[in-house]
Amino acid sequence: MTAATVPTVAALSRTDSRGVHRRLPIGTYAFLSIMAIVWLIPLLWAVYTSLRPKADTDKYGYFSIAGTYNFQNFIDAWTQGGMLTYFGNSVLVTIPTVLLTLFFASMMAFAVSRFSWRFNVTLLIMFTAGNLLPPQVLAAPIFELFKLTPLPYSISDSGTLLNQLAAVILANTGFQIGFCTFVLSNFMKAIPLELSEAARVDGAGVWTQYISVIMPLTRPALAALGTLEVIFIYNDYFWPLILIQSGNRLPITTSINNLQGQFLSNYNLLAAGAIIIVIPTLVVYLALQRQFIAGLTLGANKG
Amino acid sequence: MTDQLSFPAARAPRSPVPRRRLRQLSRRDKVVLGLMIGIPTLIQAVLVWIPTLASFLLSFMKWDGLSLTSFQWNGLTNYNFALNQSPQFWPAVLHNVVWLLFLAVVGTPLGLLLAVLLDGKIRGSRVYQSIFFMPVMLSVALIGIIWQLMYSQDNGLINNVLGTAGTSRAVDWFGDSSVNLWAALIAATWRHAGYIMILYLAGLKGVDPSIKEAASLDGANGRQTFFQIVFPAMAATNVIIVVITIIESLRAFDIVYVINRGTNGLELISVLVVQYLVGETQVIGIGSAFAIVLLVISLVPIVFYLSRTFRTKE
Repeated sequence: MTAATVPTVAALSRTDSRGVHRRLPIGTYAFLSIMAIVWLIPLLWAVYTSLRPKADTDKYGYFSIAGTYNFQNFIDAWTQGGMLTYFGNSVLVTIPTVLLTLFFASMMAFAVSRFSWRFNVTLLIMFTAGNLLPPQVLAAPIFELFKLTPLPYSISDSGTLLNQLAAVILANTGFQIGFCTFVLSNFMKAIPLELSEAARVDGAGVWTQYISVIMPLTRPALAALGTLEVIFIYNDYFWPLILIQSGNRLPITTSINNLQGQFLSNYNLLAAGAIIIVIPTLVVYLALQRQFIAGLTLGANKG
Repeated sequence: MTDQLSFPAARAPRSPVPRRRLRQLSRRDKVVLGLMIGIPTLIQAVLVWIPTLASFLLSFMKWDGLSLTSFQWNGLTNYNFALNQSPQFWPAVLHNVVWLLFLAVVGTPLGLLLAVLLDGKIRGSRVYQSIFFMPVMLSVALIGIIWQLMYSQDNGLINNVLGTAGTSRAVDWFGDSSVNLWAALIAATWRHAGYIMILYLAGLKGVDPSIKEAASLDGANGRQTFFQIVFPAMAATNVIIVVITIIESLRAFDIVYVINRGTNGLELISVLVVQYLVGETQVIGIGSAFAIVLLVISLVPIVFYLSRTFRTKE
């Protein structure tokens, strides 16, 4: 997979240099255009619904064009749903998780890919396997472990790790390290060993080789993986569902459960809330699409 | 940015310098390296490997979860309950199988088809790609909400287009247990096909164009070239796609949990694990038995993938 994936990513960012010019039949364009419209409908329908006051949709029905259009649902969803708190929680979970994951994974990847030692492949296999498991397999023991981890009340109001954002950070970090180690080790393996050797001859220790030689060269992979992980963690629904009991501590993606209950009878507000939650991912998508796709294809083992 | 991503190092010739052996390292370097390996390994052990093992042990125990002294050996009782007495188990297995078949027969081939059509010089290829890929950025939970707006019995777009909204013939797509699995699968495919498309686009770009030209010079038509030359040449991508399709269908959870907590026609094995963990019927042993069933099934694609990936290395 290594051999096939890495040049593939290189190819992704090249402009297509093959001179093959196929004449595509009109049917292909028709098919693709119809599919593209079908693909856009669910999101456009949500946007459309969110722009209409509930009074109008009650009066004319959701499937209509009459009435007024405004952003009032967004303001209401934001304030009534308390979305600022949830967004804050997402930021507090996502940033530390991604930084910790990349830090630990890059150290491990450096050690397995640049040095030869007994068990290095075995450990890499174990790291990779861990990330491929369904998270539900780990849920009960992690829940119990965190529940039985005593913490002073000065830092945790539950007296344990449960119901703390730190629990979500830990669970996600543990689960993502394996994947990032696998991807980064493939990348680091391709960096010529002469570079480390030259640094060693100049008197650089292991840490210096890691921090000043290998890490700067790994930046493109770190950028791609970082983007991917930000989206993964922001989109994580499962760990907060299991580990957080207080509604106001949920990150935004899991808070969907609250919004769903709260806006049950008001689809306009629900749609507006959904669009608000989508916006950060869409911004990342538009700004960093290339990084995200590079991360996905470079780590195509992601289940 | 473009240049940063074209991994030049990957194409460097095989290095004549062998990888460093630990013997050659100074004492200080050994300690540093030991920490660089030890800390991530400890995190993995505590948060992944030991919990997996603990799930296995708990599946044979009766435990109230209150203290570390109250374990009781329970033999195979949890498994007996989970597999034979729990009314949701076999429906859940069936739903997981349907999930896998649907992704394998509809979602994945659709992604491949889109990739093949969009590969090469097609006008607006990037725009199409962006559209099909967009749902992959969204959380699966949010996809559940977005499709709820489509599927709603009286207010959803689909019943309005069909003209049944507000009548007694209106289908409750997410609520009716005879159709809701299919409705959820369409929403899941909305995301899955874009994901597969991106992976195959990358795979197709990795195929040497000269073999395609050679095939067409030999008189092969487009279809023959694809199925006999291009598709087999993407063996590495194909393995990944097979594994992803299987693992995605075993991991499916978020979308059914958002729709109705995975009940009434949407039971999946992953949901049963969680129901016995967080619900009113909290029985850790039984939840763990379901978790181990899920683990054993998951190990099939995981071992297949790992043996393919690491075989050549050692």
